[in-house]
Amino acid sequence: MRMPTAIAKTPDARPLDERVAYVADVASRFAGEVDAAARFPAEAVDALRSTGLLGASLPTALGGEGLTLTQLGAIAAKLGAACSSTGMVFAMHHSQVLSLSRHLGGSPSLAVLAGRIASEQLLLASATTELGIGGDVRSSSCFVDLQGDMVHLVKNAPVISYGSEADLVLVTARRNADSAPSDQVLVVCDAAHLELEATGGWDTLGLRGTASMGYKLNARVPADRVIPEPYDRISNETMLPACHVLWASVWLGMSRALVETSRQYVRSAARRSIGSVPPGATKLVDLIAELERFESLVDGLARRTDEISDDRDALGGIGYQVSINNLKVTASELVAQIAIAALGITGISGYRNDGKHSVARIFRDAQGAALMVHNDRIIANTARLILVQKG
Amino acid sequence: MSAVDTVRRVVETHAKITVPVATLADDSDLYAAGMTSHASVNVMLAVEDAFDIEFPDALLTKSTFCTIGSISAAVEGLLEAAA
Repeated sequence: MRMPTAIAKTPDARPLDERVAYVADVASRFAGEVDAAARFPAEAVDALRSTGLLGASLPTALGGEGLTLTQLGAIAAKLGAACSSTGMVFAMHHSQVLSLSRHLGGSPSLAVLAGRIASEQLLLASATTELGIGGDVRSSSCFVDLQGDMVHLVKNAPVISYGSEADLVLVTARRNADSAPSDQVLVVCDAAHLELEATGGWDTLGLRGTASMGYKLNARVPADRVIPEPYDRISNETMLPACHVLWASVWLGMSRALVETSRQYVRSAARRSIGSVPPGATKLVDLIAELERFESLVDGLARRTDEISDDRDALGGIGYQVSINNLKVTASELVAQIAIAALGITGISGYRNDGKHSVARIFRDAQGAALMVHNDRIIANTARLILVQKG
Repeated sequence: MSAVDTVRRVVETHAKITVPVATLADDSDLYAAGMTSHASVNVMLAVEDAFDIEFPDALLTKSTFCTIGSISAAVEGLLEAAA
């Protein structure tokens, strides 16, 4: 259980881009160490706290900065370029913040809780997967057990990213003991109301700093911490759009870093053979073209989501759901392809774990994108959607 | 050796101009002396190699590589920033 964090008395008054550059610099300095030790990027997350960026997605009425998804995506990309794990923590955190703050349903206690995310710079994690349900986050076996004015919840979660670092964990569960597996609610659990018993470690190929360990979760929280609105709506209207746009933004940032390293490699090769165009240069042209396609894909979906952010019918509409699912699949494939192409350009220098032209760490991180909520599952969900979509 | 001397040597090797570099002043226009844009890329790469620097995009303009003096000034600015 993490200790309460000391909060700076005076808010960081620097402009947003300066604060983001500061956090990215911290993230970049510790990225290698975080990867090597497979540990949480504590320094970068502390920097997010001290710069107030953990509350950035909250509306100003709740003490936040009211950033749009497009703005959040731009930050996620910059952090992702510096340290993939930090970028993913930022993306996952704000997806959870929005899932709470956009679905308060008039509840005063949930509004107070959301306000604390900004005033106390709380870090949010989520526990959506569950052992024994085959990886489908839209179905639960665990349930909310109402006991007087408290609820009790026990969940065996194979993955809670940075669970032991989080101040609040948003947990999906069936509405009550008699509810169908798909009749889910989202329960907001304070770290103080939680017991997390680790059931597995996190020693992976990449994204090693997300500390996505398994836990047996045991929560006893006040009954007003159950978000009244069905999780189905929260997921369709907020969580999936935010997750997919912000993840794709992190992967875009990782891709930019890969392309920049490739560019530097090609230029240094050109310096060694002045007068001839090095073989990597033509490959770099293709890579930059691919990156440009990636840029416009992410930007387009982020803007479209911002445009309809108050239109619940449009957000829940099949056309949009198909697009936002395809964004995740396409973006995760693009970052993996760009990583392979960057390795092809930088050659053995890129393959090395050390040296200024190494692409090894981001290459490994990039291969995780298609697997975190597996693309096969998302494509299967999208296939069901288009069966009922009218042209 | 100052930056100007090294830049002169690079220009002599890579700018492919039609007059002896020794006859050019620091503010003589290299493009007017016959340096092509292709040759200017080679000058840029060779200057980067000679000083172990990399020109940021903002400096990759025609005016940066227009004269021996302007190249030297850009180099000195980058060396100072790195120091």
